[in-house]
Amino acid sequence: MNIEHDGDFITLSMGPHHPATHGVLRLEVTTDGEVIAACKPDIGYLHRAIEKIGENLEWYQFVPYTDRVDYVCSMNSNHAWVCAVEALLATSEETRLQIPERAEYIRVLFAELNRISSHMVGVGSMTMDMGAFTPFIHALGQREHINDIFEKTCGARLTYNYMCVGGVNADLYPGAEDEIRKFLDGLEKAMKDFNRLITTNNIFKGRLAGIAVVSAQDAVSYGLVGPNLRGSGVDFDLRRDRPYGVYDRFKFDVPVGRRYAGSKGRLGDAYDRYVVRLLEVLESIKICRQVLDQIPPSSGKADDPVGGWCVAKAAQKALRKPPVGEIYFRCENPRGETGYHIVSDGTKVPYRIKIRTGSFCALSIFEKLVPGLMIADVVALIGSFDIVLPEVDR
Amino acid sequence: MSLVPSRNQCRGTAQSFDAIFAKVLVCFPTAQAGSSPNGARWIAVQPSDMLDAARFLKTDPDLSFDSLCCLTGVDLLKFPVADKDAVPCSDLVCVYDLHSTVHNHELRVKSSTSRENPAIPSVESVWGVASFFEREAFDLLGVSFPGHHDLRRLLMPQDWVGYPLRKDYVYPESYGGVELKREGQTFESGPYK
Repeated sequence: MNIEHDGDFITLSMGPHHPATHGVLRLEVTTDGEVIAACKPDIGYLHRAIEKIGENLEWYQFVPYTDRVDYVCSMNSNHAWVCAVEALLATSEETRLQIPERAEYIRVLFAELNRISSHMVGVGSMTMDMGAFTPFIHALGQREHINDIFEKTCGARLTYNYMCVGGVNADLYPGAEDEIRKFLDGLEKAMKDFNRLITTNNIFKGRLAGIAVVSAQDAVSYGLVGPNLRGSGVDFDLRRDRPYGVYDRFKFDVPVGRRYAGSKGRLGDAYDRYVVRLLEVLESIKICRQVLDQIPPSSGKADDPVGGWCVAKAAQKALRKPPVGEIYFRCENPRGETGYHIVSDGTKVPYRIKIRTGSFCALSIFEKLVPGLMIADVVALIGSFDIVLPEVDR
Repeated sequence: MSLVPSRNQCRGTAQSFDAIFAKVLVCFPTAQAGSSPNGARWIAVQPSDMLDAARFLKTDPDLSFDSLCCLTGVDLLKFPVADKDAVPCSDLVCVYDLHSTVHNHELRVKSSTSRENPAIPSVESVWGVASFFEREAFDLLGVSFPGHHDLRRLLMPQDWVGYPLRKDYVYPESYGGVELKREGQTFESGPYK
C-alpha cells in the first residue's frame, strides 16, 4: 500500500512544538480518518552532540554534561556516569578508588529522591495530558520539596553537578536527615491523596485501560527498560538483579504490571505503566528510609573512608591515567536503564562515550505500536512512556 | 490473580563467558574471543555472520540474549595499536552489548568492518530496538546496515555532510548558508585548556 498517493490518507505532523510531546518530538503520522495508519518519529531537534563534546573533555569535566542528558533526573545521570568511570578505574589495581561509605549512601539517597521527583513529573504530566490539571500541581508540589533539599545541599535546583568521581561534592547540610524524613512522611500522605484524586478515578482508569498494549516479548525486543518494561510484566530491575553502589544492602520490592485497570485493561497497557511508576515511588521511600537508618555519621573530614564524602585529591590523580580498555556500565534510572559505553585509550580524555538512554529506545517501538491507535491515544502513549526528549537526542 | 510468573519460575542459569564462547564456536567457527587490556572480554564475529549469529544468540535456549542493550560504533583510527590487535584488521567496529532477561547474563559481541565500505547486516529483525541504534550508527559513523527498512540519518539533519564521530571528521565551515567558524577560532580536538 502506497500511503502517499492514496486519497483517503492524510499526513499530519504532530509537533515538534506541542505540549503533549514532552519536548521537541515530531511524529509524522498518516491517518485514515481518526485512526493512524503509519507513524514515523522524527528526532534530533535537541541534539547537542554531547557524545562528541565528551571526547574533548577530561573525565571529571563531563559530569555537568550528564546533567543535561536528562534534566528531569540529573542526579541519576550523574550517578550513572561516575559509577561508570569508577568501574573503569576499578579494572586496574593502581587506579582503583576507595569510595567513602557515607558518599555511597548519599548517592543512593539522592538518586532515589530524584527518582521520586522524576516519577512525580512523569505521572503528573501524564494526568495533564489526559485533561486533568489538578493532579499535576499536586505532583509538582512534592517535587518542589525535593528541589529545596537539593538546593540546600548543592546550590542548584535542576542541574546539580553534585556527584563527582570519587564521591560527592559536599556533605549533607546539618539537619538534612530530619528534613528528608519529614518530607518522606508527608509524601506518603500526599500519595494517598493523589491516588484518591486521580489514580482510582474511573474516568481516568477507563481512558487508559487497554490503550497502547505492549507485550512482554515486544518490550524486551524493543529495548524498553525501567517502568515501561516492568509495566509489561517483566520482572527485571538493575538495582536488584545487577546491583551497583550499595543497592544490595536494601530491601525493596520490584513492582510489575498486573492488569491494574481491571477487567477492561490488559497487561502492559498505559494504565499499568502509570501504576508501576506510582508504586515505585513507594519503594523509593522505603529505600530512602533504610539509607537514613544505615548511613554512617559524618566525620567532618572529606576523605575519611567511612564518614567522609569524597576521596582525597591525590587519589583522584588516577583520572589522569585510567586503564586502557572499555566498559559498559548500566544504571537503573527513572526512565530505565541508562548505560555508558566508554572506550578509554589511557589518556585523560575518553576516547569514545556512548550514552544509551531509556527514552531513545522507547521511541523505536513507536513505528510498530502507534498504527491502529486513535490520535488522542498517541498522547496517552507518549505520556505513559514518560519520554524526556533531551535524553533521546543527547 | 497474578498474571506474572513468579521470579523463580522465569529465571534460568547464568553462563560463563567461556561456556557461551564454546557454544558460539560450534556454529560459527570463524568467531574469535578477544579481551581489552582492562579485562573486558568479547566475541568478534565476521560481519557476514552477524545476522545469523544474532539469531543464534537470541534463540538458543541456553543463551537467550533477548535484549540488545546498546549498539555502539567505534572508530579505532587513533587508538593505540597494541589494543587493536585483538580486533582483526580494521578500524570501524560495531559493539553489541547483549543481555538476557531469562538467565541474567551479559555478552559483548564485536563486528569490525572496513572504513572505505563499512557494512554489517542489519539485526533489526532480531532485536527491534536495533532499528534506531543502527540509524544512529549510520548517522554518526557512516556504517551501512543492509537489510534495514529505513536507513536515514537520525539525529543530524538529512543533508549533513560527513560522519561526526569519525576520528578524521573535519568540521564544516558553514551549514545552510550560516558561517559556523568564528574569527580566530579553531576546531581542533583535544582537552579543554
